Amino acid sequence: MGKTLYRKVWDAHTVGTLPDGRTQLFIATHYIHEVTSPQAFAMLRELGLPVLHPERTFATVDHIIPTDNQAEPLADPRAQTMLSALRQNCQANGIRLFDLPTGNQGIVHSIGPELGITQPGMTIVCGDSHTATHGAVGSIAMGIGTTQVRDVLATQTVAMSPLKVRNIRVEGTLRPGVTAKDVALHIIGKLGADGGLGYAYEFGGSAIESMEMDGRLTLCNLAIEGAARCGYINPDEKTFAYLQNRPYAPKGAEWDTAVARWKSFASDADAEYDDVVIIPAEEIEPTITWGISPDMNIGISGTVPSPEQARDAETRKAYTTALEYMKLTPGQPLKGMPVNVVFIGSCTNGRISDFRAVAPLLKGRKVAPGIKALAVPGSQMTAIECEQEGIADIFREAGFEWRLAGCSMCLAMNPDRLEGDQICASTSNRNFKGRQGSPTGRTLLMSPLMAAAAAVTGTVADPREVFDIQ
Amino acid sequence: MPLNKIISITGKAVPVPGADMDTDRIIPARFLKCVTFDELAGTMFYDERFHADGSSKDHPIDAPQHAGAAIIIGGENFGCGSSREHAPQAIKRSGIRAVVAESFAEIFFGNSSGIGLPCVCASQADLATLSSITTDAPETEWTLDLAAMTISCPSCSIPVRMPAEPREALMQGRWDAVVELMNAPEAVAQLAATLPAPTYTPAH
Repeated sequence: MGKTLYRKVWDAHTVGTLPDGRTQLFIATHYIHEVTSPQAFAMLRELGLPVLHPERTFATVDHIIPTDNQAEPLADPRAQTMLSALRQNCQANGIRLFDLPTGNQGIVHSIGPELGITQPGMTIVCGDSHTATHGAVGSIAMGIGTTQVRDVLATQTVAMSPLKVRNIRVEGTLRPGVTAKDVALHIIGKLGADGGLGYAYEFGGSAIESMEMDGRLTLCNLAIEGAARCGYINPDEKTFAYLQNRPYAPKGAEWDTAVARWKSFASDADAEYDDVVIIPAEEIEPTITWGISPDMNIGISGTVPSPEQARDAETRKAYTTALEYMKLTPGQPLKGMPVNVVFIGSCTNGRISDFRAVAPLLKGRKVAPGIKALAVPGSQMTAIECEQEGIADIFREAGFEWRLAGCSMCLAMNPDRLEGDQICASTSNRNFKGRQGSPTGRTLLMSPLMAAAAAVTGTVADPREVFDIQ
Repeated sequence: MPLNKIISITGKAVPVPGADMDTDRIIPARFLKCVTFDELAGTMFYDERFHADGSSKDHPIDAPQHAGAAIIIGGENFGCGSSREHAPQAIKRSGIRAVVAESFAEIFFGNSSGIGLPCVCASQADLATLSSITTDAPETEWTLDLAAMTISCPSCSIPVRMPAEPREALMQGRWDAVVELMNAPEAVAQLAATLPAPTYTPAH
């Protein structure tokens, strides 16, 4: 029996077995940001320990950074304190910080792949659950807590037990207007928000093999929303083409050596999986969430389900809570429902491909009256590309607010947030209660195409109809 | 600093019902604007417990009969979502010493174990029993016994589950892994030398 990529990477990074039976796992690349690292540095200072491998940790500021005015001191003194703490900790320990003036700042899960720091065959961790994103290049990438951030800083290792591996194969051709985001939501809807507990998800199948890297990053980003701590895709020619010539990618002769090494990590054809799920690509529609958990989603042509349709008593209660919070009635379609805010961005859908896909649709169209529409590039690199390609201007002319790079309205740690019970058509990753900053705010997760359709119609809409996508 | 061995926990319980109790609900993001964990006590489940104007939503946590509870009774996929360690830190710093639920999200589970907050699983039916006894007789003292893997009160005993490794770590007082992780510097150095680090390389 062959091995999965997960097993190969795990084995290659295993230092040994700890007394409690867990593996001591070496971490090839560690990302940090301002929210989950300051306490870790404080713990390190308390223990009197240095950072063992500062060259393997990379820092950026993303969660708390305003996307309108980044002049310092920041308007929120607590945000400034967090930014200043990050700078001090990086400076004191020799850690590379992609700070605001570098041109490389952005959401940690945007810049890692864009700079080519994220590479196949690596173990990658960050104090952030969406670290799963980096698995798209063929690495084991996982979110960790702050105490583990300390462990990585001090020892470049973590104590962990291996996950099981579920092979999720999406076979066939995606229908027009169906994106990686729809695929991810569809999978989560099918397997449940807790369906991936104990698993790493290996995404494969012809629809995934045809998917470009940015889409793969979106898909792996959302593995955690299906409870899989880690999601990955085997590295292939698309992966290598994506990484080639990126600033931190190997160059020259080292490139060829690296590619050969990376290829060796791909799952063997006869690899043994703990579970296999096959999904026909044709069954996936443009998908939208209706509830307060990412698995509460429907195809755009569907209707809001009734609690009676829930699989068990616990889910029935969850449906009832969700319907009440979202102020929805079972049986109603979401299509046509007015929205207040549109947000295109986040570590899920703030990449260059997302803006490139939406810009031609917005050309010559206007954001509907009364709608607040935000477009937030995931990184300064993406922002620059969008300016150079005229994409930013198309968004501005359509009536979007074109913002600076950051997490923005995904998570309410910066000034971008919902007010009252506003409904947001959002390309982010979580529709949890209160997630977007108002304890009664309502989030509808969707693809950038559907968000663009919402922006120009002012309602939930099928992008295939609005933009004549066939 | 030697760590305490966590073998049994005794105290009152409090139900925090609901599936997929995400860490945004356990601690809303606005409380994450801090550089220490020191001020998190009292923030747990804040928006579940209070309206925007600060008035109470009468959550069980704030019911006088559950005051001083040491054990949370949760649902399925407890702690899902964000990896924020602020969530278990807020729970622990609010006086909770264990969580029993139907299942736990991986990252939350690991974060909790790593700070000495045991998370154990029980069946949906057993959790319903645990919850109804606690609601009917809130003064009931429960004992979570990690050696016997039960949570019991004078009138009943419920089986609980936890993976072997974190259970060992808690019971042996090894739950903070950094001590063990520092024991093999040579092996770490040897392995590090075989694994390329991402390095800035100008284009040729």
